[in-house]
Amino acid sequence: MQIQDAGGQLTSRTTYRLADLADYLARLVLPFLGALVLTTVVLLTVDVAPLDAYRILLFGAFSTPIRFGDMVMLASPLILCAGGLTLTFAAGLYNLGIEGQVVLGAIAAMIPLRLFPDLPPPLLWMISFAFGAAGGMIWALLAASLRLGAGVNEIFAGLGLNFLASGIALYLILGPWRREGSASSSGTALLPRELWLPTVGSLRLAPLAPIIALVSLVIVWWVLSRMRWGLEVRAVGLNGAAADRLGVPAVKRMAQAMAGCGLLAGLAGTLQVLGVFHQLIPNISSGVGLIGLLVVLLVLARPIWVLPVAVVFATFTVGSVQLPLTLGIDSSIAGVLQGALVLAALVSRGLMQRRRRA
Amino acid sequence: MEIAVTNLTKTFGSLRANDRLSLRFASGKIHGVLGENGAGKSTLMKLVSGFLQPDAGQLEFDGQPVRLRGPGDALGAGVGMVHQDPLDVPGFTALENLLCAAPRRAFPSRAMARTTLTTMAQRLGFTLAPDTPVGAMTVGQRQQLEIVRLLACGARTLILDEPTTGITAAQAQALFEALRQLAADGNTVLFVSHKLDEVAALCDTVSVLRTGQLVGEQLPMPQPQQRLLELMFGERIVQTSGQALLLAGVTVNEPPGVPVVHPGQDERSSEASPTTPLVWQLEQVTAREGMVRLRNVDLRIPQGRVIGLAGLDGSGQQLLLRLLAGRLHPDSGRILVNGVDMTRARTRTYREAGIEYLPADRMRDGIVGALSLTDHFALLQPAGITVDRQVAVQAARDAIAAYEIKATPITPLIALSGGNQQRAMLALVPDACRGLACEQPTRGLDVASAQGIWQRLQARCATGCSVVFASADLDELMAYSDEILVFFAGEMSALLPRATLTGARLAELIGGVGFERSAP
Amino acid sequence: MNQLAIDLGAVLAAASPLIFATMGALLSERSGVINLSLDGTIMLGAMGGFTVALVTSSVPLGFGAAALIGAAIALILCILSLTLGQSQTAVGFVLALLGIELSSFLGAPVVRVPGPSVPFLPIPLLADLPIVGVIFFRHNLLIYLSFLLVPFIWWMLFHTRMGLTVRALGERPAAAFARGVPVTRMRYLMCILGGALVGIAGAAYSLDLRQGWSYRHTFGMGWIALAIVIFGGWRPWRVAFGCYLFAALEIVALRSQRTMAGVPTQVFQVAPFVLMILVLALVNLVSSPQALRRIASLPPILRGPVAMLVSRLAVAAPAALGQRFERP
Repeated sequence: MQIQDAGGQLTSRTTYRLADLADYLARLVLPFLGALVLTTVVLLTVDVAPLDAYRILLFGAFSTPIRFGDMVMLASPLILCAGGLTLTFAAGLYNLGIEGQVVLGAIAAMIPLRLFPDLPPPLLWMISFAFGAAGGMIWALLAASLRLGAGVNEIFAGLGLNFLASGIALYLILGPWRREGSASSSGTALLPRELWLPTVGSLRLAPLAPIIALVSLVIVWWVLSRMRWGLEVRAVGLNGAAADRLGVPAVKRMAQAMAGCGLLAGLAGTLQVLGVFHQLIPNISSGVGLIGLLVVLLVLARPIWVLPVAVVFATFTVGSVQLPLTLGIDSSIAGVLQGALVLAALVSRGLMQRRRRA
Repeated sequence: MEIAVTNLTKTFGSLRANDRLSLRFASGKIHGVLGENGAGKSTLMKLVSGFLQPDAGQLEFDGQPVRLRGPGDALGAGVGMVHQDPLDVPGFTALENLLCAAPRRAFPSRAMARTTLTTMAQRLGFTLAPDTPVGAMTVGQRQQLEIVRLLACGARTLILDEPTTGITAAQAQALFEALRQLAADGNTVLFVSHKLDEVAALCDTVSVLRTGQLVGEQLPMPQPQQRLLELMFGERIVQTSGQALLLAGVTVNEPPGVPVVHPGQDERSSEASPTTPLVWQLEQVTAREGMVRLRNVDLRIPQGRVIGLAGLDGSGQQLLLRLLAGRLHPDSGRILVNGVDMTRARTRTYREAGIEYLPADRMRDGIVGALSLTDHFALLQPAGITVDRQVAVQAARDAIAAYEIKATPITPLIALSGGNQQRAMLALVPDACRGLACEQPTRGLDVASAQGIWQRLQARCATGCSVVFASADLDELMAYSDEILVFFAGEMSALLPRATLTGARLAELIGGVGFERSAP
Repeated sequence: MNQLAIDLGAVLAAASPLIFATMGALLSERSGVINLSLDGTIMLGAMGGFTVALVTSSVPLGFGAAALIGAAIALILCILSLTLGQSQTAVGFVLALLGIELSSFLGAPVVRVPGPSVPFLPIPLLADLPIVGVIFFRHNLLIYLSFLLVPFIWWMLFHTRMGLTVRALGERPAAAFARGVPVTRMRYLMCILGGALVGIAGAAYSLDLRQGWSYRHTFGMGWIALAIVIFGGWRPWRVAFGCYLFAALEIVALRSQRTMAGVPTQVFQVAPFVLMILVLALVNLVSSPQALRRIASLPPILRGPVAMLVSRLAVAAPAALGQRFERP
């Protein structure tokens, strides 16, 4: 594809617009259709009326205020993770270690809660968030140094660190931080009630969680689209060698993008402790990191789209919790639907590119 | 075998690379195919050897119409092509390369493949050992291996695309001998070149292409040089002088003793005046990278000079360029930039001192393809929290106007043509640049684009910037350098003033002939 | 002595699914396609293989189903990455997650249901040999096959013309194309064959090593298999060594758990994974350009052996791994 002259582009602009619109619609509609087909087939194999399942998946989260609160409390760490991952994605890194970064954030957030339980709660929360952010960041930097220093692919460095993080969490839960009386792998003792993030009425919804998530997302958007740092990170992600030649410190920017992602993942981990579980449990991340990766693959690292997609994904997951009781099927169909969406999006993206080339 | 094409047409986008070509190559002869860069020679050869498929037209081998779906089909029909960069697998040995995906009838067993390799190599006068890894061979040897492989797989027609670039004079002689022998055995050889003297020395007939069309069909050799030049360049030949030809990238045998006038350097003498400040100064520098090493290099490059680096690929030119740009640190010795010791300084410090590096592979490590010119100028702004887009857009507009880049400020650079990308890369070099290290600045560009690039480079030199460039093109080296450094197998010559060299002498030096005498 | 032999036999058995998985990944990666979906493929293969074996009461059919599942996932990967030009990493990752979720959803009815398994098959006479018999010949057919698979893959890749073609695809697809090899079609074939082996690895868990099916039954094994392929430098024997090393680590971890009662079980379960990554980091670190430069400045007596050791340890990936080939 060669651009012959600037004038040629101007004259055909209106037709471009129409084609763009068609493209745009197709790109939105095709993934949904594809995902729907795949998920419906899966549902039919276990003999479930697909419409019933979809009704629960789509609207279950809005059926009661409690469920809506749960959805918000799941969407918040998800937005934090996906927002962080847009940074690493822009830098061209697949940060599969995000799960471990969430876990380490949660562990680090527990430290001040255990050490100074008598501080005034607002101050303690602030310290806890700071610790959580630092924990996630350190873990991300560890993965970054394995990649940038030792040349271990960040995917495998991250995975190894995920295993290590869950090992540490288990060790703490069963060892030094075990409950009074008998140790249980179900988790540490619950935090005193006054340390839980304040909620709306009797719901489990802590307003601070979505606020932190949204503010973080806005910052990520601003950083990537307006700040020089964001432009440099994108340049590194698109072509590291060229960015380096143009004077961008590529290695530094990659490490910083990882650190930024770890920081947000650490905040997500802290939210899980202070706002959701109120204790440290082995599966403290409840998979938000991996779902965040799916979100980012779907939105192609455009921060603006993270919000709606994260909310939709959280809706599926929260809705699916009712499936075993009402329809007698496993709740992992939400994960199937999420994965199918991303897969179908990749298919439609590929078809579009093919058509454009033809 | 006889090869015939009828009305063969191939377009790339809006470019008609081959426009209704009809041609017939008789068997048992060596046919030259001449044309300047971009005339459509390579496209035609790739169509004949199945690498490309024609948009229209007919292909006939020995009178039989054929449809080639890929190079495998072509080889099956007896046509094989040796590419400029031979298509072999670096990790394999010569023998494995021979066996890889070869038809079973060609080599029933590994032992027989070994015998075939040694006997054929011997017969053609090649030096090939079956167990040498391809990665350790010279380009010339890899070419020889490809020829053996294609013949063993049943090729009766061999196509060679610019085979003498990157090989020594001795290897070229061996190649020519082998090709003559093959033709004598009844094989057809298509020899693609833009070097008149080689075509004159080797070919029985010559065909000339210009902008995708056939302008000279099967002319029996020898032909007067002037006539071939007229065919290749058309009307432009009217203003012929040695200068224009050199610019166009054609090798002309210079009459001995006649000095050639070179553009753009009339007032500057070849001798550097001792008072001119130095951009670079290397003292006893020793460095290595991979297999290549340079030993005890002393070099002084004053401001405003153009230094050409000549030599076969991988003889150390790239190493020197990377040393000069601070992308590689020497094992010992000192490097001074503008009089300051920068031996162990970081790339960033070099950039701050006004040293820029233009790599050969633009899309791989020159520019960020998905970003626009505006984004690139934004990246070059002095450090700050945010970028000033207004200023960046203005800078992009100015560059587009000044460098005649066909793009808008927001076009992703990957959508630009090669020449435009190269000009964009040059436009991104800051005005404060004092020293420019370029690898192959005009590789892959057409004549006009290459000239444009050199105009800009020379304009920079006029303001005191020094340019050091590596090139595989002797004529480019001779046309634009003030002084030339020749590299041969990790040895570097002294700075040779261009006026003391002729193209033929330079070619000898590159091939290592008399290298010891001129080396310090 | 006898205990050691039993342990070694257990290591060989424990590594058998990994052998199938890594050899499958190796086949695919040598042809230039990285199949990152291994974790999901193994999981779905384990679930599908077990379910089919349970329903049909036929272990071979279970393995057949698992192989088909693995091949199908590889086919999807190929269509998306080789034909539609999407990133192999992204597609592989999504397929991994999708496979895991699908296995949880579809496998829910068979969780902890007792089912058939591969029958024990000591080889007559040989099994009675002292020590050697205990180590090598008191297993089942699947494990014997895993013994044969490694030399077979090695022979295929390095001693057949097919192997030359496959390696050329991974090193320089343009060269293969010039020789008339249908590059994309061959890559499809290799990736699908490899995927089938990975699927079999899943069934090797659910029908042999960890009989039965439970939620996330084989969690993490796919990722470790991918890491072992890198660790083994894409060479069959070294990759196999990596598998046995990992299995040995798992068994040692189980042992030390008994002796170090204070430390929780789960810590030992993650230890081999972490060690594997650390070894990978170490190998990469030793072969980094800085380290090589340091080696070059060693005294000559040391330089030779050290350089040889490093070049043996660190192997570059196939040059075209993960890259798409577009014909000119």
